[in-house]
Parts: sequence; structure tokens; C-alpha cells
Amino acid sequence: MYLFVLVYFPEVQFPLTFCYKETISERNRNMIKFFLMVNKQGQTRLSRYYEHVEIQKRTMLETEVIKNCLSRSKEQCSFIEYKDFKLVYRQYAALFIVVGINETENEMAVYELIHNFVEVLDKYFSRVSELDIMFNLDRVHIILDEMVLNGCIVETNKNRILAPLLVLDKMAES
Amino acid sequence: MPAVSKGDGMRGLAVFISDIRNCKSKEAEIKRINKELANIRSKFKGDKALDGYSKKKYVCKLLFIFLLGHDIDFGHMEAVNLLSSNKYTEKQIGYLFISVLVNSNSELIRLINNAIKNDLASRNPTFMCLALHCIANVGSREMAEAFASEVPRVLVAGDTMDSVKQSAALCLLRLYKTSPDLVPMGEWTSRVVHLLNDQHMGVVTAAVSLITCLCKKNPDDFKTCVSLAVSRLSRIVSSASTDLQDYTYYFVPAPWLSVKLLRLLQCYPPPEDAAVKGRLVECLETILNKAQEPPKSKKVQHSNAKNAILFEAISLIIHYDSEPNLLVRACNQLGQFLQHRETNLRYLALESMCTLASSEFSHEAVKTHIETVINALKTERDVSVRQRAADLLYAMCDRTNAKQIVSEMLSYLETADYSIREEIVLKVAILAEKYAVDYSWYVDTILNLIRIAGDYVSEEVWYRVIQIVINRDDVQGYAAKTVFEALQAPACHENMVKVGGYILGEFGNLIAGDPRSSPLVQFNLLHSKFHLCSVATRALLLSAYIKFINLFPETKATIQDVLRSDSQIRNADVELQQRAVEYLKLSSIASTDVLATVLEEMPPFPERESSILAKLKKKKGPGAGSELDEGKKESGAELNGGVEPTASTAVSPEGWGLMPGSGGGDRTPGFYPSRVGATGNLLVDVFSDSASAAPGLAPATEDNFLRFVCKNNGVLFENQLLQIGVKSEFRQNLGRMYLFYGNKTSVQFQSFTPTVTYPGELQSHILLNIQTKAVDPLVEGGAQVQQVLNIECLSDFTLTPLLNIKFRYGGALQNITLKLPITLNKFFQATEMLSQDFFQRWKQLSQPQQEAQKIFKANHPMDSEVTKAKLLGFGCALLDKVDPNPENYVGAGIIQTKSLQVGCLLRLEPNAQAQMYRLTLRTSREPVSRHLCGLLAEQF
Repeated sequence: MYLFVLVYFPEVQFPLTFCYKETISERNRNMIKFFLMVNKQGQTRLSRYYEHVEIQKRTMLETEVIKNCLSRSKEQCSFIEYKDFKLVYRQYAALFIVVGINETENEMAVYELIHNFVEVLDKYFSRVSELDIMFNLDRVHIILDEMVLNGCIVETNKNRILAPLLVLDKMAES
Repeated sequence: MPAVSKGDGMRGLAVFISDIRNCKSKEAEIKRINKELANIRSKFKGDKALDGYSKKKYVCKLLFIFLLGHDIDFGHMEAVNLLSSNKYTEKQIGYLFISVLVNSNSELIRLINNAIKNDLASRNPTFMCLALHCIANVGSREMAEAFASEVPRVLVAGDTMDSVKQSAALCLLRLYKTSPDLVPMGEWTSRVVHLLNDQHMGVVTAAVSLITCLCKKNPDDFKTCVSLAVSRLSRIVSSASTDLQDYTYYFVPAPWLSVKLLRLLQCYPPPEDAAVKGRLVECLETILNKAQEPPKSKKVQHSNAKNAILFEAISLIIHYDSEPNLLVRACNQLGQFLQHRETNLRYLALESMCTLASSEFSHEAVKTHIETVINALKTERDVSVRQRAADLLYAMCDRTNAKQIVSEMLSYLETADYSIREEIVLKVAILAEKYAVDYSWYVDTILNLIRIAGDYVSEEVWYRVIQIVINRDDVQGYAAKTVFEALQAPACHENMVKVGGYILGEFGNLIAGDPRSSPLVQFNLLHSKFHLCSVATRALLLSAYIKFINLFPETKATIQDVLRSDSQIRNADVELQQRAVEYLKLSSIASTDVLATVLEEMPPFPERESSILAKLKKKKGPGAGSELDEGKKESGAELNGGVEPTASTAVSPEGWGLMPGSGGGDRTPGFYPSRVGATGNLLVDVFSDSASAAPGLAPATEDNFLRFVCKNNGVLFENQLLQIGVKSEFRQNLGRMYLFYGNKTSVQFQSFTPTVTYPGELQSHILLNIQTKAVDPLVEGGAQVQQVLNIECLSDFTLTPLLNIKFRYGGALQNITLKLPITLNKFFQATEMLSQDFFQRWKQLSQPQQEAQKIFKANHPMDSEVTKAKLLGFGCALLDKVDPNPENYVGAGIIQTKSLQVGCLLRLEPNAQAQMYRLTLRTSREPVSRHLCGLLAEQF
């Protein structure tokens, strides 16, 4: 017969696994999780999420993200480990562009993607400003959608990115 | 003002945005927004049909408001209407609104699907793109059902425009991710692979993403993509292609596409075809060469784009882990970056080198950079870079440099950011153990850890040092001496006290010869920390004291005085009080022989092929030559998943000082017979029960449950695998139940999860509240684990909470559900009363619904002693001389719940001749009467 004995709570309960956990992210699951433009005052000027996030959480996330970026100095690197993903950010005047990516996405490639995006905006708005982005939200969205779809980089050629917008503008003029 | 608005500026929208900008305060902004929302709502609700332009304008405003962080709960219908507009601008806004605001389970999906269907059929490429973008962004199951067969067709059709192909590729990717079952592989798959050859770079860019995803699930179907990707990459890298169009970015040809192609190749092993492989190696060499060439542009964009490709190429080289030449070149390149003035590059180089360190070909090369990395740990201004440096040191650590690395990490720990301290502590602990050449170094390191960062030293770490000290007799004396010295510090961390208490309690005798650490000095030192410690630590110290009595009889009187003091023996904490009482008793009753047996030194912990311990043991033996390789391999394994998160590193859950054999089985359940003695009767009771508990499942379970209505302890369940014992106590409306899960087999149970579930009315937790903690998911063969339930009865309840136990035994999932023996009568408080009072109350409860009665046949022999015991066990008081018939039983009690008390009277009339009983219950609440009557009637 199996004996069972009533015991105290043992205070040294040896864990069955003594291991140091390192996050193993599934290789190659690289993608962009969100794309944000936030100014120094913390006002969001553009937000695009490629995974569903509740609106309340969005506001919180955006606030935290910008806080993180603002607290950093020029000597610090442009990549921030944040929760279970990474932020890649660049600052243009008072505007921060922050992209949330998976562990495995190529940081440098995303870092330059941001610049490419800004150059496209510059080309379209001829020297883009924060106001351009505010007043032309729909157009900025079109540009971004041409460049990033479903979290993947889809087009990097400036002329082709702008092609649908030029069609749109031509139609509006006529 | 709206001059900044491009194209067909919507004046109203521009005015609104300007207004928002001019708002001086958040309140003003919210006010303005609310006003606008009301306006839009009334416009949408109004009788006048809105034209497309107005709808577009309002939907745009809603989008802007949403961006500002306000939830939008209307306007979806208007957006859907815009989808069917013929004007591109209106359609585009509609799609934008939907892809930003509609989540995949919206009810509107069907309407949206209709619009998409029309646009896909329109043959107008801009419309098709919009529709495909929308699917790619929303991607619900319903969409997958509607379009999963259509999209692949669009993708591979010969006449599809390039831009549409791009959208279709990513759209298909989304559908495949959300509903892979709906996307049938087929003839189109081979044609998708050939998109890598498409002359249009944009199409290739989109297709690579799709193929990367598809090939992971179906590697064989997409195997041909390797050679295609290599040739594409080769053409880009060598700038041989003339089809680069505008895809050159600051003199770097197609950087993003190159990165993606290199990533795709990481889904496969190195190409088998020698020609393909040769071409690829050539590519990788070219990429490495280019890093050394003078830049074609001074712009940072140029070098960034180049380096993006370089890092991805290095990832691929590491992934292949088969080209020593490339691995070493990669390492040298990264070594250059370690000293680069750009922080971004230093960060990425550290990160990338971390994976290089695990390759046997480049491990040595990585090690040559140790000074630079240590310097980075000390001087980098950015915590994330320092963190990477710490990771790299951990990864490059082996026997040759362990002491240096551990000491650097320890000194870094003193100033380390709080956010990464715990991680550093774990890393140091692992390295110290893994590469321990002598155990005294290991002990020193761990004690240093506790001293420097005690708060961040998790239980595992200090458990571990104790395990090792107990198992290694060559280090015990040193450990005792060291903890004794460490405890001299005026303020030392509680974890230090724990380790100190444990080690001195076991091995204090090894240093007792020195008058500076005589038994009494040791005891006084420990006891000086006692009052500052938490209950758990104090409990451990009490155990250390009783061990002292055995080790050093001369301390007995002093320790007994301490145990006897009011602050111990009358401590408000039950655990401490009980220990004090029992230890005191043990030390005064037991003979020295018994004491010596009971308080014997802890036997070594079982070393179950622990990779860490096995490593240490091997250290002692010869063959140091092979050691190094071994070490490297292991550090590689660790990078991929820590120190084997399996049972291999497991050490059985054993407690010191307390606990007779929680390990069960082979371990002597030493130390603590007083506890066993105290519960001796209970055990007998338990065993008599378990003998009758049939191993069969369901029917026996119900029987067993009924047995617990009138008693609190025993075996609740038993089969061939598992035994569950219960011990419980109830007071007023509170109860505590101890469940003991015994693994009867010699095999480990995995994923062992007992959960309490609540049927019906109990779900709301307003009647009954049970709190419990999860138990360890692994139960070793022969071991027993314990779970405590704290129970609070809030109101009267009739249903029974259930206990569900799931675990894996061998490969099979076991699932057992039992009724928990928590019934309303457990909260009975017996009430004595005189005959007169009884009858008066009996009459007060004379309404028909207050009474419940049952007449039933006896199931057990009608023994009056047993009946009495059962009634008492049921919880009420038995009242003598109340009923005129002495054969009858009369009882009274009060059910205590948090919200109300229910008075309860009962009468049981046996009829020996007929072998029948009549049971009558009267309480102030009808359901209680019925429920208790039903429960009790089952008992006789």
C-alpha cells in the first residue's frame, strides 16, 4: 500500500528545472507590427497597426513608446527592446517615426525603410512638414500602404510608390 | 490655412483639423471632438441623403478622431457605402476606414466582401489593388472563405498587372496565415516560386514574403525557390542585372530585396547543388568584400543599407554554420564594428556576434574580442548595448575565460541597471556552476551574488548552492566557514541568512573547533538575524536550531530557552508556533539516539542526469582534453533554449528541515516524526479507508465523496496511478483543506494541473470562495505534492465544487474529475440547548417549507455508536434527553456563512424492526433543509 504522510510545506522546494530562459523567437517570423508617427508633445500623427490592438491599448502603447524615445540621447542606439518586440526609431525635427518589429526582423533594413518613407513624403509634398501629414492623413496612408502591406515591405521604388497618388491627384484636378 | 491640403482638399476637414490644433487644452480638444462627433452623427442619421463627397469628408474626420485616440462606434455603414462608389477617392477613403477600424470579426464583413468581389471583378487595377489591400489588412476567416480560391488565380494569371500581383501576393500571405486550411496548395504553387524570376522587382519583393511563409510549412513543395533566390541575389549583388530600375538606394542595389532573399534562404539548409552553392558563397563573399571597400557615398544611408545586407548575410552564414572561412570573416567584420563610432552598429555587432559564439568554427575567433566586449560592458552609455555585451560575454564563456568573465559580470552587477540585474544574476550563477573548477570558487561566487544583488537572487539560485554543498563533501567545510564570515556583516541579505542557516545547521560542526566560531557563537550569530527576517526564513532558522541541538548538545539549554520564549511558542504565526512547540518537545523527549537519527545530515540530492551536475562530476575525472569541445557545444545548446528545460536538470523537490520525505519513495522520510506522531490516528483512519477505496473510477468516486460528508480526513481518490488524500479543518464560515497528490508510479507525471471548478450557481463565487495556488506541474515517481485550499462560505450553497486533475502519464493524458468534499454541513457550529428550548424553536419552524423529511431504508447496520459518530461528524450537537423516545436522536446547530446564519434542528428516528429511518430537518431556509436532509439521509 502506498503511504502518504502529512507534511509541512517544505521551504526548500527544489525547482524541477533550473534553467535560464532565453526567448526563442520563431525564426523568420519577421514582420512589422506597427508604424507610428508621433511628435515631441506625444501627439500621434499617424498610426498603422498590422496586428489588432484595442484602442485603449493603442493610446497607452503610443504614450509609452514616445516616452521611451524621448528619454534617449543621441549616443544611444536607435533600437529599443520593448516588451516582446523591438522598436526602431528615427527623429526628424520634432517628429518621431517609430516602427515596432519582431525580434528577427533586420533592424538596419527597417531603419532605412523609415528614411525611404520620409524621402517619399518629401518628394510628394516637396519638403514635408508635420502639418502636411496632419492635413493629408489619407494620402500619407496611401503612401504607407504602398510601401508596407500586412507587415511586410512590398515596394521600395519611390516612383512606383507614388504612382497611385498621382493618378488620384490627376483625377481630382480634372 | 488649408493651403497645406493637397489635391481635392476637403475644406471642412481642414477647418476641423485646424480647430483641433488650436485647442489650448486637452479638455478643449475633447469638447471640440465631441461636438464634431455629434455633428457627424446627426448628419449620418439625417433624412437627407448625403452625397459621396460629404460621406467621404465625415469618414475622414472620424479617421482623424480615431487617430487621436477616441473610439469610433459609428460610421462603419457609411464607409461601407463608400466602397461601392465609382470615384477612386471615395472608394479609397472607404477602404482605408475599414482597414484601420474594422476588426476581423465585424458583422459588416459580408457587406464588405460584396464590395470587394465587385472590385476584384472590375478589371480596374487600382480598384483591384484597393480590394486586395483590404483583404490583406483585415483578413478575417469569412474573407478567406470568400476569396481563398480567387486570389491565387489573380496572382499567377499572365495578364495581371504588376501592382496587382504585388497586392495579391501579400493578400494571399494574410489568408494563409489566418486560415491555412482554406488555401489549397496546387498548380499555382510552382508558378508562385517562379515569381522570383519576375522581371519586376516590386513583384519579387512581395513574392519573397509570401514564399518565405509558405515554404516553412511545405518546405519540399517550394524547394526550387533556393536556386531561384540564389540566382536573383547573385544578379543584384554583382550589379549584373539591368533590371534594377529605381530600386537602387544610395548606390546600393535593391537593399531590402537582398535582405529578404537572404532571409528566405535561411529557411533551408545549404544548397546541395554544388553550382548553386558555389554561386551563393560567391555572393556572400562579395557582400563581405564590399564592407571593406571604400564607400561609394559619404551619406550614412549608403552605409546603413550596405550594412543591413551585411548583417543578414552574416545571419545566413551562421545559419549554415558550415563554412569556417566565412564564419571567421564574419567574425572579423563584426569585430571591426565593435569599435565603430555608430552606436547602432556596435549594438548590432554585439547581437550578431552572440550567435556566432555558438558556432564551433568561430567560437575561438569571437573569444579574441573579449577585452573589447568587457570594455563595452563598462563604458557603453546605452543600457541596451550593455545588455548585448553581457549576453555576448555569456555566450563566449568557456573554461578558459570563465573566471575573468564571471568576475567582470559580478563587478558590473554592482552598477547594473535594475532592469537587467536578475538576468545577470542567473547568467553568473549558471556560468559559475558550469565552469566551476573548484567548488570553493563556486560557493564564493554565489555568496557574492547574494551580497551584491540579494534581491535579484531567485530561489533557484540559492536552492542550487545548497544542493551542491550537500552533495559535495569537499566543499562543506569551506562553505560553512564562508557563510559564517558572510553573516558577520552587520546588514546581510535575507537570502544570505537562509543559506547561512541551512549550511550551518548541516555543517556548522565542521568549523566549531575554532573558538571564534564555536557552536554558541554560530547560534548567536544566526539568532541575531532572526527577528529581522520573514516568517519563512524564521521557520528555516528554527529548523537550523533543532539541528544545532543535535550537532552541539551544549547549545541545547540555550536553544530550548529560545524555543520556549513567548515570542516563539506563542507566535501568532501558526507555522512558527507549531515548529517551536514540536522542536521543543522533540528536544526534550527524544533520546540522543533518536535525535541523531531524526536530525541526521541531509542525504545527497539525487543527481538525475543533470547536464549541469553531470558536467561538474566529469570535471573531477580525467579527460580534460575533450572538455573544451563539450563546453562549446553546450553553450550552443544554451543559446537556443537555456539549460535544457527538461527533467534532465531536475533535482527532486526536497525540503530541508521540514518535511519527512516529500520526495517519498526511496528517501528516508527523516526529520520530523513529531508531526507524524501527532497525526498517527488520522493515518490509521486514512489507511483503513484507502483499503476499501476501489481502484475503479467513477462509481467509487461518488461513494468516497459521501463518506466525506461526516468526516474531514482520508483518501478521497485512488487508482493505479494516483492517490489523493484530504485533510481539512473548518471553523465558522472558513475552512482549509490540504490535498495530497501521491504519484504511485515510478514515472514522472507531467503537466500536472489540479483545478477547482464551479458548477452552476457556484460560478458566481457569491456563495463559496475557494482560493488555491497552482502546484508544480511535474510530480516525480513516488513523490507527493501538496495543495492547500482556503475556503470561505459566503452564503448557503447546495452544489459541490469539483476538482479536476489533468496530467500526462507516459504519453497519455489523464483527466479525472472529483467532487470536492466541501458541503454546507462543514460550516456547522454545534449548539447545545435544553429540551424546552429545542421544542420551542422546533415549533417556531413549523411552516411546511421549513421542514424536510425523508423516510429511507438503512444501508448499513443500525449501530447506535456509529450513528452518533456520524451525526457528530455531520457537525451538529447531539442533544440528550430531549426526545421522549431514547432510541431517537436529536441534534442542533447553526450553519455559519459570511452573509447569514441558519439555525438548524434535526431528528432521526430509527426503526430497527423495519430497518428504516425517518429523518426530519427544520431550518429557517427551505433549500438548506432539503439539502442537508438529502446529504444526511445518504449516510445511514
